[in-house]
Amino acid sequence: MTARNIAMTIDQVAVRFGGLVAISDMSFTVGEGEIVSLIGPNGAGKTTAFNVMTGFLTPSAGQVTYQGTTLTGLKPHEIADLGLIRTFQRTSVFPNDTVYHNLLIGLHRQGRVRLLDAILGLPGARASERKLRQKAGELIEWVGLERRAHDLAGSLSYGEQRLVGVALALAAEPSMLLLDEPVSGMNASETHRFVELIRSIRDRGITILLVEHDMPMVMTVSDRIVVLNYGRIIAEGTPEVIRNDPAVIEAYLGHGAASA
Amino acid sequence: MRIALTILAFLALASVPLWLRDPYLLNALITTGIFVIGAMSLNLLLGFTGQLSLGHIAFFGIGAYVSALTSLGFDVGLPGDLRLVHAPWPPIAGFVLAILVAGLCGYFVGLLSFRVRGAYFVIVTISFAEVVRLVALNWVELTQGPLALTNIPSIALPLPGFGEMTLRTKMHNYYLVLVVALIAYLLIARLVHSHFGRAMRGLMENETLAVSVGIDVTRTLTIAAVISAAIAGAAGSLYAHYIRIIDPEVFAFINTVTMVIMVISGGKGSLAGPVVGGLIFGLLPVALRPVMAPEAQWIAYGSVLIAILFVLPRGIVPSLAQRFSRRRSNAPALAPVALTETGAKEPA
Repeated sequence: MTARNIAMTIDQVAVRFGGLVAISDMSFTVGEGEIVSLIGPNGAGKTTAFNVMTGFLTPSAGQVTYQGTTLTGLKPHEIADLGLIRTFQRTSVFPNDTVYHNLLIGLHRQGRVRLLDAILGLPGARASERKLRQKAGELIEWVGLERRAHDLAGSLSYGEQRLVGVALALAAEPSMLLLDEPVSGMNASETHRFVELIRSIRDRGITILLVEHDMPMVMTVSDRIVVLNYGRIIAEGTPEVIRNDPAVIEAYLGHGAASA
Repeated sequence: MRIALTILAFLALASVPLWLRDPYLLNALITTGIFVIGAMSLNLLLGFTGQLSLGHIAFFGIGAYVSALTSLGFDVGLPGDLRLVHAPWPPIAGFVLAILVAGLCGYFVGLLSFRVRGAYFVIVTISFAEVVRLVALNWVELTQGPLALTNIPSIALPLPGFGEMTLRTKMHNYYLVLVVALIAYLLIARLVHSHFGRAMRGLMENETLAVSVGIDVTRTLTIAAVISAAIAGAAGSLYAHYIRIIDPEVFAFINTVTMVIMVISGGKGSLAGPVVGGLIFGLLPVALRPVMAPEAQWIAYGSVLIAILFVLPRGIVPSLAQRFSRRRSNAPALAPVALTETGAKEPA
C-alpha cells in the first residue's frame, strides 16, 4: 500500500451490551482518499462499528480518532461538524418533503446564518439561501434525480431513496463518508451506476468507508477490505488477498469449505 | 396566490371595526385575536417541531403578570429584611418585558426537557404551568392572589412629537391586536421558511438523519421554545392591558386546551391553520350563546370540533389546500408545492 495520511484510526474499540459482545477488539486505520470496505457475516458488528464512529454509540473501551480529534463523548451533530458523515442501512430520507427540500435540509451545515438575519431577510441571509438552492439543484443533478426533484422523497423507489440518502450525506460536505449497505435492494444496473458514483465521490477527495454484503461490488470498488466476524477482525488487505484468505472463506462458507 | 390570499384576509380583518359597531362582538373579536396569537405561538412548537406544550398558557400568563406588575409597580418583602420596590413604568415597557421574561422561561423549560423530549416535554410544561399558577395564587404580596391585580392601565403608544396615545377604545385595541398578530404571523412565516425552519422540519420527520447531517437537536428545539414562549408572552401582555384585571385563573388548563383545539382544528404545521381554527373556536361560543342553553353550548362546541376532525382529519387549512391542489394537479405544469402544506401529512 502506498503511504497515505491516516484519516481515521479505530483503536482497540470494544462494544458490549450487557453480557452481549458486539465488538470485542477492533483496530484498523483508514487512509485519506481511500475506499475501505468493512465486511463480515450478519451480526459481525459492522453497523455497531459505524454507530461508534458517528457518535450514536459510546464504545465500552478504546477510542476512535478522526483527523487528530478523539471522538469519544462527542454528539452525532458535533461529529458531523468534523466532516464525518454517514448514511443509514435502511432507507433514510425526510419522507414528507420533496427531494429538493430534503437536500435543502441536508445543506444545514453550509447554510448557517444568524437567526435574526434570516428573520429580517437581510441580504447576507438571502444570498446564502440562493446559494443553497443552487447547490441543492446541483446535488440532485449529480445523483441523477432531476426528474424526481419535486416528488415527495417517501414516494420514491428504494434505489432512488438510497441516492437521496447519498446526496443528503454529500450535502453535509463530508471529508469522509460512511456508507452503510448502500446497494442492498438495488438491481444490477443500479448497483453498477452506484459504483461509478462512489468512485466519483472519491475523486472529489472524500475518504470512503463502506459496509456492504454485495461481494462483487465490494471487490470491484475497494482499495482495501477489513473482514469482521463475531466482533473481531479476522483479515485485512486488498481484494485479491481477501478473496484467497482461508479464514474469510471459512467465515462465509463454513468450516470445510476452505480445504475443499 | 398564497400571498394575495393573506393580504386579502388581512384587509378583510382590518375593515371589521369600520362596519361592526357592536361593542360586544368587537370585544369577542379582540379576545379571540389575543388567543389566536397564543395559538400561533403554540403551533410553532406543535406544528413545526412536533413538541406538544400542554402548559403553554403559563407563558401567556407570565406575560400578563409581568406586564401588569411592570405598569402597576409593586413593593414586596424578600428574605432577610430586603424589600423589592418597583415604581410604575409605562405599559409599553411592560409589553417588552413580558416578551423577554416569557422567552427566558421558554429557554429554561426547553433546556430542562429537550434532552429527552416527547412525553417529558408534555409533562414538564404541564408541571411548569401548575407551579406558576400556584405562585400567582399564593404570593399574595406580589400578585394579590385570588383578589386579582386590578386597574391595569391601557397600553399607551408613544407618538414622537404628539405625546402619547392611550389605546382606550375597543377599536384602538382591535387594531393593536391585529398589528401584533400580523407581526407574529410574519415572524413565524419567515422563521419556518428559513434555514432554521428546515432544521426543525428535519428533526420532526427523521431525527436520526437530521442529527447525522449536523443539526443540533437541543439548540434547534430550545430556540423554537424561546420564540414560541415570547410570542405567547406578548399575547398575555395584550390580554392584561385590554381586560385590565388579571387573576390566577388565567393559568387554567382549559385555556391551554383551547389553544390546542385552535391549532389542531385549523391545521398544525400550516401558517394559517391557527388563525382559521382560532377564529372558529374563539367566536363559536359567542355565536352559540344567544341560541341555546349554557350546557347545550358545550355539547355543540364539542360536536363542531369532532365534525371538523372527522371530515378534515389533518385540520381545515392543510386538508382544503390538498384538495385544491389535487384538483389543479391535472394541469400540465406543476409548480413545487410550498413547504408548509405538503409537510403536514402524518407519517404512514
